[in-house]
This record gives sequence, structure tokens and C-alpha cells, in this order.
Amino acid sequence: MEKSVPAKERLIKSKNSRMNGEARGRMLVTASALIMIFATVAITIFLGSKGLQTFTKNGISPIEFITSTKWDPTNAESPLYGAFPFIFGSFAVTFLSALVAAPLGIGGAIFMTEIAPSWGRKVLQPVIELLVGIPSVVYGFIGLSVLVPFIRENVGGLGFSLLTGTIVLSIMILPTVTSIATDAMASLPTALREGSLALGATRWQTIRKVLIPAASPTLLTAVVLGMARAFGEALAVQMVIGNVRTLPSSIIDASATLTTIITLNMGHTTYGSIENNTLWSMGLLLLIMSFAFILVIRYLSARRKI
Amino acid sequence: MSTLTTTERVFDVKDLNLWYGDNLALKSINFPIHYNEVTAIIGPSGCGKSTFIKTLNLMINMIPGVKMSGEINYRGKNILSDKVDLVELRKNVGMVFQKGNPFPQSIYDNVAYGPRIHGLKKKQELDEIIEKSLIDVALWDEVKDRLNAPAMGLSGGQQQRLCIARALTTKPEVLLMDEPTSALDPISTSKIEELIFELKEKYTIVIVTHNMQQASRVSDKTAFFLMGELIELDDTTKVFSQPYDQRTEDYISGRFG
Ligand SMILES: Nc1ncnc2c1ncn2[C@@H]1O[C@H](COP(=O)(O)OP(=O)(O)O)[C@@H](O)[C@H]1O
Ligand SMILES: [Mg+2]
Repeated sequence: MEKSVPAKERLIKSKNSRMNGEARGRMLVTASALIMIFATVAITIFLGSKGLQTFTKNGISPIEFITSTKWDPTNAESPLYGAFPFIFGSFAVTFLSALVAAPLGIGGAIFMTEIAPSWGRKVLQPVIELLVGIPSVVYGFIGLSVLVPFIRENVGGLGFSLLTGTIVLSIMILPTVTSIATDAMASLPTALREGSLALGATRWQTIRKVLIPAASPTLLTAVVLGMARAFGEALAVQMVIGNVRTLPSSIIDASATLTTIITLNMGHTTYGSIENNTLWSMGLLLLIMSFAFILVIRYLSARRKI
Repeated sequence: MSTLTTTERVFDVKDLNLWYGDNLALKSINFPIHYNEVTAIIGPSGCGKSTFIKTLNLMINMIPGVKMSGEINYRGKNILSDKVDLVELRKNVGMVFQKGNPFPQSIYDNVAYGPRIHGLKKKQELDEIIEKSLIDVALWDEVKDRLNAPAMGLSGGQQQRLCIARALTTKPEVLLMDEPTSALDPISTSKIEELIFELKEKYTIVIVTHNMQQASRVSDKTAFFLMGELIELDDTTKVFSQPYDQRTEDYISGRFG
């Protein structure tokens, strides 16, 4: 039966059925891509229009919103909408936690790839995976029950502070930084290590003068991704940072971040009110920052050396 | 070193066995290497050429699970048993790899790397060393106007010559080359071969090569390895005209490998 069909037709038929499968697959992945693009654009437009209402509809000066340190939206006579303390708080915990997590994460990565590649990875890899799997609320809970009293008794202040938030965030972003940094180091060609060692360099000289510079754009990317995560984290920080409206004057003062103010106030403000709109403006700020982080990461990956 | 005559041995390898885990990759190798000679190592792939050459500067130690027995005497000192100063050894015994492996840094920084890690800071001295090494590998004219350009932007042949220049900066007496032209086009290959001719005036060279013509063109001595054994080591003219072992003859005449 089959054999009686001329070769030409069989060829055309099989080509057709393959094309059908091909077209279906194409449609499926194109649809996924379109949905993703649509969702992103929709969120951006929604957040943009909601976030800008504070300035367009409610007439609050964007300069005041970003630079003023007075936040008192519920004051009946003269409500104040200065979000600077929260913007500052967000940047402070982000940079401070990056400052802690970057050396630890990159150090851990170097330990795993260069110093003890055989057992280092076996021990640290599961630790990192475990750290990733712990939910934010658990980090916050541990921070609240262990770290807050510890800081209160040993460092000073109330215990709810920038410092506590920084420590919790550092631990939370450590896996991100470490795993990307590990990949960066592990993907360096062995030829680089050989080239350096063969010239009489020690292992440490090789790490410092050849490997780290060669991996530096990706190592920085690891840190920036960690920062992006820190900037957006709300729950765990909210549980330990104290959530006050004033600008902190030291690292052991309580503070607040954009995300913690949003999560704390979104439930009890009415949709469409000025205070609710200012929360959207903060959300818009977060979105703008995450675009900025993406731009930095793109710039860094364009500068990859290997 | 200049007081030594050519008949003296810079390396004297005695009864060297090497295992990768349980796998015996070098079997009882006896291999003298004389000053200011070029020794070519030939043999089919997997016969242990790279493994052997990497024992001479102990780069083999990078690979976990390697065990060795026997002696590798360098200037009369067994580097396998005595406490060796790896930094000194590798300054004196330089290495060039199969594929040019410049660091992702500028041309200048690549060549300055060796002197810098060994403590040289003075810009003027560095400049002199760099110019001299680049002249030695006939790369100076091609790169002197762009010393700060990235080394990765050079062609494959230029990268390999840069790596040879980099190896010369530590003033080695021995240069180990593991198939230095196997990744290069014929023109770059002949440039490197010319370079080896010039370098043999000043350096003891051990070169692994897949290319029989290359071995007969550049070397004084030729060693033939087969399955981890050193089958034959003799004057190059002798090895190529009337080899002692039948297997050498088979290999040279292209009957296997
Ligand atoms: N890193 C390594 N680990 C285990 N075995 C190896 C390793 N490198 C080489 N070998 C083995 O040792 C033998 C010799 O390899 P090699 O020295 O690279 O040969 P050649 O350079 O002559 O092609 C081969 O059988 C190879 O499989
Ligand atoms: Mg080899």
C-alpha cells in the first residue's frame, strides 16, 4: 500500500505534516512571548498612570515627594508627602547589604572554585540551595526573634534598625550573589589559570591578578542582581526595620523602606485617595529602579571579557 | 648557566612513572635533556606527550589524583622528592600551550605580568623587558603602537607569539612547548618555527608536535612516545633516517597514528 505512493507525494506529505507541527510549536512559543510582553507593558502602563496621579491629579510636587523628609499624610490640616526617608532607607539597606554580601559571596565562590573545588562545592552548594528555599517570612521571623533582641542588648537602640534589616537582607541575597559569582569563576577557561601558574605565579596571585579581573563584569552582575533583590524585598525587612517615618541618623536607628511602607499602608488606605496614590508613586519608583538595575546588568554583560 | 657545556644535562628524568588515579599514563621513562638543544616529542594522541612535558615544570600538580614515582632531576636536584620552590622552577622552565592563552588584559599587561608578580615595579625596566621580549618574538613592529589594546584582539598567531614573549620575560633557560602551532594556519606556523630557530640559540627547548616535518625541521633530538612508553630518543636525523625501533619507523612513515 505505502509503496504504491510515488516518492514525490510521500515527500510532500511528510513535509506538510512536519510543517503543521512546526507551525503549532511556533504559535505556542509566540503566544507565550506575546503574553509576557503584554503583561509587562500592562503593568508598566498601569503603574505609570496610577503613580503619576499623585502629581497630576493631586497636585503634589514631584520634587517635594522625592526630596522632602516630612511624611504625614493623615494630618487633617496640612498633610505632608515627603517620601525621602523611605527612598533613603531603601537605598541604605540595599547598598549596605551589598557591601556585606559581595565580599562574602565572591569569597565563597572563590573558595568553591579555586581553593577547595572537590569538597567545597559539595558542602556549600546545598547550603546555598537551602538559603534560597527559605521563605522571606521565615527570615523575618528569625530576624525578629533572634537578631532584634541581640542587637538591642549588644549594639544598642531598640533592635529594630537599619543594621538589623541589613543583616537579614545580606543573608537573603547571599545565595544570589554566591551562585552567580560561582558560575562566573567556574566558567573561566583553565588555560588562564595554567598561563598564570606556568609563569611562577602563586595560586593567590592567579586569583587576584588574573581570575577576578577576568570575571569582574559577571561578578559585578552578581552583586547588582543581589541589590535588585534587596531593593524589592518587603516582608522580611518590614519585620525588623522598625518602620518609622523619620530619617535615621545612625545605623542602629529604626527606619523604613519604600516596600515596607507600601505593604504596611496598602490595606488601610482607600483606593483613589491621595495617600493611596502616593503608595502607587512609590511602586512606580521601585519599577524605575528595577529598570535601572537591568540597564546596569546589560551594560556589564556587554563588557564581558571572556 | 652559561658556564655549562652543551653536553650537560639540564633535565635528567629517571624511571618516571605517572598515574592518573589508577591509570598508568607514563611507564618508566628515562629521558635526559641537554642544554641548548631542541628536543621534539612525537607520538600518537593519548600517548602521554602532554603529560610528560607537564611534569618538567610540575604543572601536572594542578590535576588532582596524579601520583608519580622515580626522579626528575633539574640541574641535579630531584624536583619530585626535594622540597622544590615551584615559583623558581617555573621562572626557569617556561611553558607555551597548545592554544595561545593571553589574559583578558592589554598587550602590555600580558607581557608585564611575569616580571610584576616577581616584584618588578619600575616602569622603565618593565618597558625595556616588554620591548625586548616582543622584539624577540618578532611582534614588536606589529603591536608597538597599540600596547594598551586588549590582547584578545590579536590574531591566533599573534596571540601565540605574545604568549611566547610572556614566557620569555622571566628569563627562563628551558622553554616547554606543547603543540604550539597545532591551532594555527600555515603562515603563522612557519613564523613560529622561524622563531624556534632563533630561540634555540639561547634556550633549551622541548617541543611536543603532531607534525613530523616540524619535528625534523626544528629539533636536534627526537623522542617517540607510544602508550605511555618512551620507545626511542635519539638524534633527529637518526630517528628519521634509520630508527632503531620498528614501531618508530611505522609511525614516522604514517602506518599508524
Ligand atoms: N587530566 C587527566 N585525567 C586523567 N587522565 C588523563 C588526564 N590527562 C590525560 N590523561 C590520560 O593520560 C593519557 C595521556 O594523555 P596526554 O598526555 O594528554 O596525551 P597526548 O598529549 O600525547 O595526546 C591518555 O590516556 C589520557 O586519557
Ligand atoms: Mg597533548
